[in-house]
Amino acid sequence: MSTISDVDHPQEGPGELVLRLRGISKNFGAVSALADVDLDVHAGEVVALVGDNGAGKSTLVKILAGVHQPTSGTIAFDGEHVVLSDPATALGLGIATVFQDLALCENLDVVANIFLGRELNPIRLDEVSMEIRAWTLLNELSARIPSVREPVASLSGGQRQTVAIARSLLTEPKLILLDEPTAALGVAQTAEVLDLIERVRARGLGVIVISHNMEDVRAVADRIVVLRLGRNNGEFGPDVSNQDLVTAITGADENSVSRRASRRGAQQSQEVRP
Amino acid sequence: MTDDTQRVPAARLLDRRDERVAHADTIGGTIGAFVDRVRSGDLGSLPVVVGLLIICTAFQSLNPVFLAPDNLVNLLFDCSTVGVISLGIVCILMVGEIDLSVGSVSGFSSALIGVLWVNQDWPVALAIVTALGLGAAIGALYAFLFNRLGMPSFVSTLSGLLAWLGLQLYLLGSSGSINLPYGSPLVNFGQMLVMPPIVSYTLAALAGVVVFATGYRMAARRRAAGLSASSLGRLLLKGALVVIVLEFIVYYLNLARGVPWMFGLFVGLCVVMNYALKRTKWGRSMSAVGGNREAARRAGINVRRIHASAFMLCSTLAAAGGILAAARLASSSQQAGTGDVNLNAIAAAVIGGTSLFGGRGSAYSALLGIIVIQSIASGLTLLDLSSSLRYMITGAVLAVAVIVDSLARRSRVSHGRA
Repeated sequence: MSTISDVDHPQEGPGELVLRLRGISKNFGAVSALADVDLDVHAGEVVALVGDNGAGKSTLVKILAGVHQPTSGTIAFDGEHVVLSDPATALGLGIATVFQDLALCENLDVVANIFLGRELNPIRLDEVSMEIRAWTLLNELSARIPSVREPVASLSGGQRQTVAIARSLLTEPKLILLDEPTAALGVAQTAEVLDLIERVRARGLGVIVISHNMEDVRAVADRIVVLRLGRNNGEFGPDVSNQDLVTAITGADENSVSRRASRRGAQQSQEVRP
Repeated sequence: MTDDTQRVPAARLLDRRDERVAHADTIGGTIGAFVDRVRSGDLGSLPVVVGLLIICTAFQSLNPVFLAPDNLVNLLFDCSTVGVISLGIVCILMVGEIDLSVGSVSGFSSALIGVLWVNQDWPVALAIVTALGLGAAIGALYAFLFNRLGMPSFVSTLSGLLAWLGLQLYLLGSSGSINLPYGSPLVNFGQMLVMPPIVSYTLAALAGVVVFATGYRMAARRRAAGLSASSLGRLLLKGALVVIVLEFIVYYLNLARGVPWMFGLFVGLCVVMNYALKRTKWGRSMSAVGGNREAARRAGINVRRIHASAFMLCSTLAAAGGILAAARLASSSQQAGTGDVNLNAIAAAVIGGTSLFGGRGSAYSALLGIIVIQSIASGLTLLDLSSSLRYMITGAVLAVAVIVDSLARRSRVSHGRA
């Protein structure tokens, strides 16, 4: 499949600008959850959004998903200013969100879940067309789903994530938001989902990934955007050191990561000396 | 392997590329897959078949009249009234809610028929439409209480149980019961009208043809699209089995009076409901709401409307069941809809395989379940047991059915098929 071979040859430089946030602020009463946040996402680019608890990641994702509206600031999608007044508007523009809990119906099969709320032919469901489309989507993602006619309850965590992502791709979005896609997964399943993210990127979509896992972030992201206390606090490439990232996230040079690093450095220099 | 799948190499079929999945292509494989499904807690209609076999052997050995065609025809007349109510229960259970007031709603609507038709001299059709409309209005009220005021359906329908019973007693007044005129079309429908043999034989054959034709069309489309499909042989076998079984049942019933039209109406409603639940977007949304309400909401399904449709359908069908019960008894009485009607309707749906926990079920579970319940009732009546014993035994059967459902659910969870 042509889309998959692209994985080995990532696009040279990012594609055109898909999303452009400028000066986004969000206040909940007296609390300012986001203050003056900027963010750019290009087509065929994975941007990781990292930050400590309460840094504003989830608020930002909810603004992009149309769940919350920003207090101030501008959102440009595909070069045009947009107002994301509700989730349907965001989805209609081409912003798909996969929330952390996936929101799948375990009693329904994979096809029914992928097409939930968007079934073909409402008064006489077109099961054949839906099944073909489901297989096409899953094959494009090289997904390892044994059967699309099994209830989702019988799938593993990674497979469920795959189904959730395939469902978000059904509407042909330009930007896809993944909220903690690897949080509940084991090692092998995490690798599977990271592969999946690369394939989504290879399809030319912009991807925003929220994660707490620095390893995953560096494995898959083209750019890492750090939020701290609701503000931009640095932007890094995938080759950034763990310590620099932690420093940007926590805002302190002095922490357990830096202490251990300096201890190790000191130890190594001692070992070298004699 | 069948001829058809050999022509297209299995590896090229879109849904057969993954070799890790065992596919039941042979008859033996089908049986093996069935055993696996049952073991993992996906019982389907197995408990009903086993239950019916036990009931039939037990009662037949105690009283040979039990399986006589005459008794079975009566049994089908009796099935239809509570069966229609049970069909509504299937709807409400699909979305994971409950309606405990169906018995009272049916009693209320039977009283309404008596008052409007006999006492007020309304045309019978208008009285029926009014009763059905008020049933729908009761469902709409429950939906309002549930959606807008957040009242659990368990509580709102429990208060409804009392309220509509009161309304029924008020309507009937001091006389306590109203006799419906014998010989009127409605009473004839409830007591006498059976299909002419030619009609019942034709309908039974038609059912098999429809099963085969829809299966054949689906298989052809799937094959054309490069998906696996059932073979012609299997479809023919399935269609032939349906025809043979149904024709035998019809033949046996025609030894006595024949197939009641009222039962025909009930089965027709089951078929329509099955189509609506399995093959329409509405039915898919019902399962989704019952399985995971939040996921359904985020998928853009109007969850409130789905709930409202389930509540309204349930109480409308309860009202319809009440009208049929009035026709069956040729009277609207204070006893209509009381006693075990409520529990029989709910038990039938659960025994038939509709889960109390929402998200899984089938319209046919009402049909199968009510036949089980009514067989027990009929058998106990034939044994001349008092109603005290009948209540206790029916209660025990309901308990067993719910235990089977709970255990199956637990097993499904541990086998990853919740």
